[in-house]
Amino acid sequence: MFKTRADKIFWFTLAAVFLVGLGFTEVLANEYYYTAVYAILQATMMAVAWNILGGFTGYVNFGSAGFFAIGAYTAVALDKWLGLPLPLLIVGSAIICGLMGLGVGYLTLRLKGVYFAIATLALAIVLETLITNWDFVGAARGVYILTPEKVPFFDSYIQLLFVVMLALTLGSIAVSRQLNDSRIGRGLAAIRDDEVAAECAGVPTLRLKLISTTIMGAMMGVAGAPYPFFVTFVDPLSAFNLFVAVNAIAMPLIGGTAHWIGPVIGALLIGGAQEAITVTISSELNVLVVGIMLVLFITLAPQGIVGLVQKWMKRRRG
Amino acid sequence: MSAPILQVRGVSKHFGGFTALDDIELELGASERLGLIGPNGSGKTTLINCISGSLTNDSGSIVFKGEDITRLAPHQRAARGVARSFQIPKPFRSMTVLENLRIPLEYAARRRTERARIDDDAMDVLELIGLKDRANDPSAGLTQVDMRKLELARALAAKPKLLVSDEAMAGLSSSEVDEILKILLALNARGVAVIMIEHIMRAVMGFAQRLVVLDAGRKIADGTPEDIIRSPDVERAYLGE
Amino acid sequence: MDLFANAIVAGILLGAFYAAVAIGLAITFGQLDIVNIAHPTFVVAGSYITWILNSSYGLDPVLAGILVAPIFFVVGVLIYRVYYAAFERTGQESLSGLAFFFGVMFIIEVVLIMVYGVDYRLVSADYIGKNIDVGFIGLPLRLVVPFVVASAMTAAVYFYLSRTFTGRAILAVAQDRLALQLMGADPVRIKQFAFGLAIATTAIAGSLLVMIGPVEPSLGRVYIGRAFAIVVLGGMGSIPGMVIAALLLGVVESLVSSFAGPSWAPAVAFGVLLFTLAVRPSGLFGRA
Repeated sequence: MFKTRADKIFWFTLAAVFLVGLGFTEVLANEYYYTAVYAILQATMMAVAWNILGGFTGYVNFGSAGFFAIGAYTAVALDKWLGLPLPLLIVGSAIICGLMGLGVGYLTLRLKGVYFAIATLALAIVLETLITNWDFVGAARGVYILTPEKVPFFDSYIQLLFVVMLALTLGSIAVSRQLNDSRIGRGLAAIRDDEVAAECAGVPTLRLKLISTTIMGAMMGVAGAPYPFFVTFVDPLSAFNLFVAVNAIAMPLIGGTAHWIGPVIGALLIGGAQEAITVTISSELNVLVVGIMLVLFITLAPQGIVGLVQKWMKRRRG
Repeated sequence: MSAPILQVRGVSKHFGGFTALDDIELELGASERLGLIGPNGSGKTTLINCISGSLTNDSGSIVFKGEDITRLAPHQRAARGVARSFQIPKPFRSMTVLENLRIPLEYAARRRTERARIDDDAMDVLELIGLKDRANDPSAGLTQVDMRKLELARALAAKPKLLVSDEAMAGLSSSEVDEILKILLALNARGVAVIMIEHIMRAVMGFAQRLVVLDAGRKIADGTPEDIIRSPDVERAYLGE
Repeated sequence: MDLFANAIVAGILLGAFYAAVAIGLAITFGQLDIVNIAHPTFVVAGSYITWILNSSYGLDPVLAGILVAPIFFVVGVLIYRVYYAAFERTGQESLSGLAFFFGVMFIIEVVLIMVYGVDYRLVSADYIGKNIDVGFIGLPLRLVVPFVVASAMTAAVYFYLSRTFTGRAILAVAQDRLALQLMGADPVRIKQFAFGLAIATTAIAGSLLVMIGPVEPSLGRVYIGRAFAIVVLGGMGSIPGMVIAALLLGVVESLVSSFAGPSWAPAVAFGVLLFTLAVRPSGLFGRA
C-alpha cells in the first residue's frame, strides 16, 4: 500500500485533507458550511460506492437510494432498540447493508445487465413500501432523532458529524483506490469488458460480482448511517428520495467511471455546483442541472472528465 | 496412446425441442491435434461450449485429465487447463494488449505462475504470438488478424493443457492463415492438445492428425484426414444427397 | 363478496389502461431492446399537456390526447436519433443508454415540477364523476372511458404491427436486420418510426391517466414498475402476452389495495417484476 511514490502522495493528501477539515472545526463556527460540506461528502461516498459496482464491474444499480435509506433506518432502529453509540450504529448499518448487497447480488446478478438495473430499481421501491408500513421506525409519518446535548471535543454535533463523515469518505476513497489497483479490481474490469471471456480466462465472475455488490452495499449503508442524526427527522420520502439515486449515478458518470478518482471529481464538481445553485437560485434548478449534465456527458463524453483529461494528455504527448 | 487428456462420453444437449448434440463420444490424447469439422449448425460450437463450460450438457460427462468436470464452472475448468478462443474475438477493450494477458495469468494460470513473473510470462506469450511490439497498445484498436492473435494469446496465457480454437482463421488472407497455423503448431509442440474448428480445409488438413465430423448434432466420422476425405458419409453431409 | 367483485372489475378496467401505458414500452423495450426508463414520465408529461388543454380551453381529455400524439411522435423520433447517434451506432448500448434515459426522465420530471409545481392536477369532463351501475357492481365512468379508449388504442397498435408492412418491419427489425435490409427497408428508419410511435402512445395514455386520477410530476416512478413488470411478465416481444400481464397486474393490485390497503399497491408491480426476473425472465409468452 505504501510502495510507490503515487501511494505516498495519495496517503499524504488524504491525511492533509483530514487535518485541514479538523482544523476548520477550531476556526469556523458558521454551521452552514459544515452542513453544505457534509452533503457533498455524503454524495461523494455514495458516488464512490456506486462506482464499485457500476464503473469497475459494469453493472448499473438504480437502487442506490434503497441501500442509503436502509443504512439510515438501520441506524434509527438500532438507536431506538439498543441505544448504541454512533460508531456502533455505523458498523451495524455496514453489516446490514453489506448483507443486503450480497443478497441482492445473488438474486439478481444472474440477470443480464439491463434486467439487473431494473431489478435494483424495483428493489428500492419495494423496500420503500416496506419501511412506509413499518411502525417501529415511524412508517410514513417519519421519526425524530434526538442528538446528544453535550458533544465531546467539538463545539456542536454537526461539527462532530462532519468530521466523522470526512473520515468515512476518505476511507471509502482509499478502499476504492485499493480495489481499483488490485488483482480483484482487474478481474472486475475484465467482467465489465466481457464477462463471458473473463469467465473463460479463469475469473470467478459470480464471486467477484458478489464481492462488488457487498462492498458497494456496505459503503452506501455507512453513508446513510449518520444521516438521521444530521437531519434529525427521517421519513421514507426523504430517505429514499430519487435525488440521492440520481446523484450516485450522475457523479461517477460525469467524473469518469473506470478510475477511482472519477466519482470524487464528479461529486466535488456537481455537489459544489448544486450547493451554489441552491443558495443563489432554487433547489429545483440544481436538480435539473444534474439531469442535463448527465445526458450531455453520457452522449458527448461517455468516459467522463477523467476520459477527457486522458485524451487531452494523449494529444499533448503525441 | 497414453491416457487421453479429454474424454467426452455420451454428451447430449437440447434447446427446447431442438437437439443440438446427440450422444457424442470423443477422445483426445495429450498433445494430439484434432480437427472438428462439419456443416454449419452441426453443433461444433455447442460441443466446445460444453467442453469449456459455457453450457452444461444435459446428459453424459466430460472428463479432463481423469477428472469429471461436467459440473464445473468455466473459470474452474480454465484453472485446470482448458482454454478456448472465441470465433468473434472478445478482447478486454479497456485494457492494453499486455493487460489483456494479465487476466488469464492472474486467474486461470494462478497456480502455475509466480506473481513476480507475470509480466515476463505475458511478454513470452506475446513473443510467441508475434504481438510483442503491440504490448502497450490499446486492445480496442487492433487489426482483424491481430485481434485473432490476441484471442489466441489470451488462451495461451492461461497455460492450458487443452486449447480449443474456434474458427480463429475465418476471413483471414492466405498468409495470415499461415501465421495462425504456425502459432498453433508451436503451441502443440510445447505439449498442448489442440482442437481446431475451421472451415478452411487446407488449414485443417495440414494441421490435424485426426478429424471428427459432426452433422446435425451427431458424430458421423472419426479418423485420419485421408480416411475422412474418402468417406461417403462426410461427402453426403456436406453436399447433400 | 361485493368488495371482491368490485375490486376485480376495477382491476380489469385499470389493467386495460395499464396495457395502454405499457404498449409503447412493449415496442421500445420488448421489440427494439431500448431500455426507455423514461417512458412512464412521458405519459405524465402527456397528462400535464392534456390538463392544460382541458383547463384552459375546455378540450375533452381524450381529444386532447389524440391531438397531441403527433407532436409526441416527432419528439420520439428526435430522441431516438440522439440515442442512435450516441449509443447504438457505437455499440455502447447498455450502461450508457440506460443512464441516458434516466437523465431524460429526470429532466422531464423536474421541468414539470418547475413549470407546474408539485400540486395535484385534475381534469374535468361531463362523464367524470358519474357511475354506471350493473347489479351490485359500480363502474365509475372515469375508469370505463379509459378502458374503452385504451382497449381501442392497444388493439389498433397491435393490428398495425401485425398487418401492415411497416408494422411487421418493426417486429422484424429486432430479429433480423439483414433480411430487412434485403427487403429494401432501412432498419434505422424503422426503429425511428417505432420509437416515435411508442412515444405517441404515451400522449394518449397520459390523457387517460389524468382522467383516472390526479397527477403530480413524480407519478411516473410508480408506473416504471408497472410498465416494466407488464412487459417482462408478458414476455418480451409478445403483445398479447403483455395485455394479459397488464390485466393480471391490474386485478392483483386492485385486490391488494382493497384488502391490504392502498399503501401496499406500489410494491405489487415491483414485487411481480422481481419475482418474474428471478424465476422466469422470459415471461409468460416471451421468446426465450
